[in-house]
Amino acid sequence: MKTLAERIADSPLWKSIIRHGYPDTNKNRSLLVFSNLFLHIHPVKVRARAIAFWRTLYLGGLSAALFWVLTLTGLLLMFYYRPAVPQAYQDMKDLEFVVTPGMFLRNMHRWAAHAMVAFVFVHMAVTFYRGAYRHPREFNWVIGVGLLVGTLLLSYTGYLLPWDQLAYWAVTVGSNMAEATPLWGDQIKLLLLGGRSIDEPTLIRFYVLHCVGLPLVVVVGIALHIWRIRKDGGLHLPPRERAP
Amino acid sequence: MTGPSTPATAAQPRPPERAPDDDEGQAMTFPHLLVREVVAGLALCILLVWVSVLFDAPLEEIANPDKTPNPAKAPWYFLGLQELLHYYPPVISGVFMPLLVVVLLAIIPYFDMNHLRAPMWRGDRRTTAGRAWLAILVLTALLLFTGAHPVWPLIIPLWLTGLGASAGAVRWESAAFRWLGARSVAFWAFTWFLLCSVALTVVGVWFRGPGWSFTLPWVDGVF
Repeated sequence: MKTLAERIADSPLWKSIIRHGYPDTNKNRSLLVFSNLFLHIHPVKVRARAIAFWRTLYLGGLSAALFWVLTLTGLLLMFYYRPAVPQAYQDMKDLEFVVTPGMFLRNMHRWAAHAMVAFVFVHMAVTFYRGAYRHPREFNWVIGVGLLVGTLLLSYTGYLLPWDQLAYWAVTVGSNMAEATPLWGDQIKLLLLGGRSIDEPTLIRFYVLHCVGLPLVVVVGIALHIWRIRKDGGLHLPPRERAP
Repeated sequence: MTGPSTPATAAQPRPPERAPDDDEGQAMTFPHLLVREVVAGLALCILLVWVSVLFDAPLEEIANPDKTPNPAKAPWYFLGLQELLHYYPPVISGVFMPLLVVVLLAIIPYFDMNHLRAPMWRGDRRTTAGRAWLAILVLTALLLFTGAHPVWPLIIPLWLTGLGASAGAVRWESAAFRWLGARSVAFWAFTWFLLCSVALTVVGVWFRGPGWSFTLPWVDGVF
């Protein structure tokens, strides 16, 4: 007598999707990882010491997790948001008072964004102090620095979107700094703001960068970053004391 | 593990070879790594849900170009940069310094690798100490006199880093001092960067009020 689970696993439909058996043997566990587009970013086996919590505090993986939380909550927020003046601000009020889980979504997006900046920064510090930036992982460190910059830009562009006083003046501070660039200061500010001052064109620019442009770059960066851990020989581990 | 083998032994079945450096414990990615990832991710989500239920994201009144708040503050992760604006013109603090920091961070692993791995105090200690403190003095003078105000959030971390690095030169039989003595120059440079980032951000977030004046959070509140 077959169980329902066995019936499903034996069905032609299931076998057409999952081509390996139940992952209770090392062969099937290997197949589960490397026959899966998403999981094969990992190696099939890892050193046991490398996955201990205290080795990395899981900060890299949790930064990636935060990115997915932000993608999901951001996608849902996009349903209720118009990048226009003054609708953007009205939509903030609607999220708070009209949309049922609106405030919760916005809170989650906001706190996850702050957490991501902090996690990415601490992840960098831990990576440095562990010595994991050294050969052969030099380039993965460079990608990581790029991802830190990407995280900051995502946060910065998102900061304008509520179109409140906090958003407006924070972005003013930033764009005035960019204006100070020698030679091309004016052009850079014009490119960034889409005008002489922060107005609706700025909002649209930041919105498109925040929701499409930067996430595309960062998601490719994250994929490269994790894949290269495998390609560079796994997580960096200090040499182990040899058993006598 | 390739010992000398005669043709007679080579023909016999041999026990499976093991790579000499690869004899440590391995774990299958499924389930060991993936389960850890899922559990850590879910724990983080639970924490985030609680924080989001308890604390609301801020929302002030609608953006008004004619009403400048005093002080106008950037988000906290840029307040370190904004704090630097207090000391240097925007072209230095807003453009060159951040660019320099990002470039320096990116090239750390390519910067004279053997030098980086060597403990700072491996060579002649008197020469090293002389050079290190000359560098610290020159940097201190630069930071004292080039800015509009003495840049204490960079100077104090510099001294702390210098003291920490110098402790390594002391031949004191203690584990802590031996550990400090085994650190590289890169370690101390990065530590300085980290302390500066924290100091600038803390001052920018909690100790700056109207007109970017120095305020005490427990007296004047947080702006």
